[in-house]
Amino acid sequence: MKKLVVILLAIVLAISFTSSVFAGGAPRGVFNKGIITVFNEQAGTILFTPNDAEEELTLTLDKSVKQDEITIGKRVIVSLDTKDHSRVLNVTRMFIDLNAKNMVFILFVGFVGGLVSGFIGSGGAFVLTPGMMSLGVPAAVAVASNMCHKFPKAMVGAYKRLKYGQVDLKLGLIMGASAIAGVQIGIKVQEFIFNAWGDAGSNLYVSVAFVFILVTVGGYVFRDAMKISKSGGEEKPSKLALAIQKINIPPMIHLKTANVRISVWFTVPVGFATGLMAATIAVGGFVGVPGMMYVIGASSLVASASELVVAFTMGFAGSIKWAMAGLIDIRLTLLILAASLFGVQLGALGTTYVKEHMIKVVMGSIMLIVAVSRGLAIPKYLTDLGLLSLQPATTNILMKASFAIMALALMTGAIIILKNMIKGMRLEKQKEVEVATSHVK
Amino acid sequence: MQGKKKKPYALALIMGILSIASYFVIFSNQEMVTDLSTRSGYFIALPIVAAFYFSFIHGAFSSSILSVLGIEAKKKK
Repeated sequence: MKKLVVILLAIVLAISFTSSVFAGGAPRGVFNKGIITVFNEQAGTILFTPNDAEEELTLTLDKSVKQDEITIGKRVIVSLDTKDHSRVLNVTRMFIDLNAKNMVFILFVGFVGGLVSGFIGSGGAFVLTPGMMSLGVPAAVAVASNMCHKFPKAMVGAYKRLKYGQVDLKLGLIMGASAIAGVQIGIKVQEFIFNAWGDAGSNLYVSVAFVFILVTVGGYVFRDAMKISKSGGEEKPSKLALAIQKINIPPMIHLKTANVRISVWFTVPVGFATGLMAATIAVGGFVGVPGMMYVIGASSLVASASELVVAFTMGFAGSIKWAMAGLIDIRLTLLILAASLFGVQLGALGTTYVKEHMIKVVMGSIMLIVAVSRGLAIPKYLTDLGLLSLQPATTNILMKASFAIMALALMTGAIIILKNMIKGMRLEKQKEVEVATSHVK
Repeated sequence: MQGKKKKPYALALIMGILSIASYFVIFSNQEMVTDLSTRSGYFIALPIVAAFYFSFIHGAFSSSILSVLGIEAKKKK
């Protein structure tokens, strides 16, 4: 029976992986990558040589395209009118210049994102992507480059936490398989909304999803953490998880590290929801980790560790897709990795020094603060859709505040992690000294 | 008495040199690197391979540096 489950799992994983890689997944809208060779200001046209093509195209510039956006001789991404593919709506440099300021910014955010990821199993992406975009990286390249750093970082983090005995590999892989399927559906929903309501509609959808999930789930996680901390620090499985574990629908699996015996069928929706959320709000772990804790009954330590396996699976499949679309700026990926590989290992070993419910405290805090951040962005998207009327100056301030608060969320998480880690390490050193001196006596 | 684990100085040094050298190669050839890694065909493997390569080399370097600095996971009793 066990062998059958393993074979079935391998088949499901292979199918979802392959189908996800080859299913259409190019960024929304019509775009082309290439080099502008000539800019005819009077005629309002450009001569454009697409990547991997010999022929030059003559494209007309829409009035909204600003002159300073036209870069000659450097690789650009041109957004084209979906109804007229020869009309250019937007031109963006594909690869930004990496000066010292940009590099330091990316290294810093990479480190903090890695630290939080290593500790709570996810996070970082929601600051990294907008962070890179604020440096001028096109949205698609930012998402692609971030995704390509996610799977190696998750791999290193998962490996470390596996060594500490915290990862339930079986749980992570089963969830990974259904997560990949969830990502596909999530992408389809995004495409539908984009086609119906454009960029503004998509942004509104993402923000509302963010706020709803983060407030409900984040609030629950935070409240749970406070309850445990008041009652003396011992985590117990939720009533829901205990009830679900009793339901006998074969095949039943035994998750050794999580110390849970449960029907496989209950792990599938949790994984699916994780993938769906990853495709919607870019952070699957905000649903995956609470799902593993409160629905399946794993401890916060095992849930956050196993989430790294899920993140690796999704990240790897997604990265192959983005590599096929030719949108990964490997310099950004490697820069983020340079710092995040330090961060993720620190976060991982940090979990061994803190009380278990601390993971819930960090996760809940980040989720609630990010909810506020996303909430502040909603008025702008409502204005873009014509459902609200606000001055550009007001929406500008709101968007800046939104970004700042998002950064604050990550910093808060990092500070809580580091503070408690240092406290735990100091206590440990003290104990070692006491033991050593007591032996001498 | 418990024997103290040896610190991985050699590994940190070797991986550090390899990691820094690899980063130097990438960043002193930015235009070629970005061009090759966004082409179609077999080139799509490049960013994935690069990500794996750096995660092993730089991962080993960062791991050994943390050990050398004495920053390690709490020992299980």
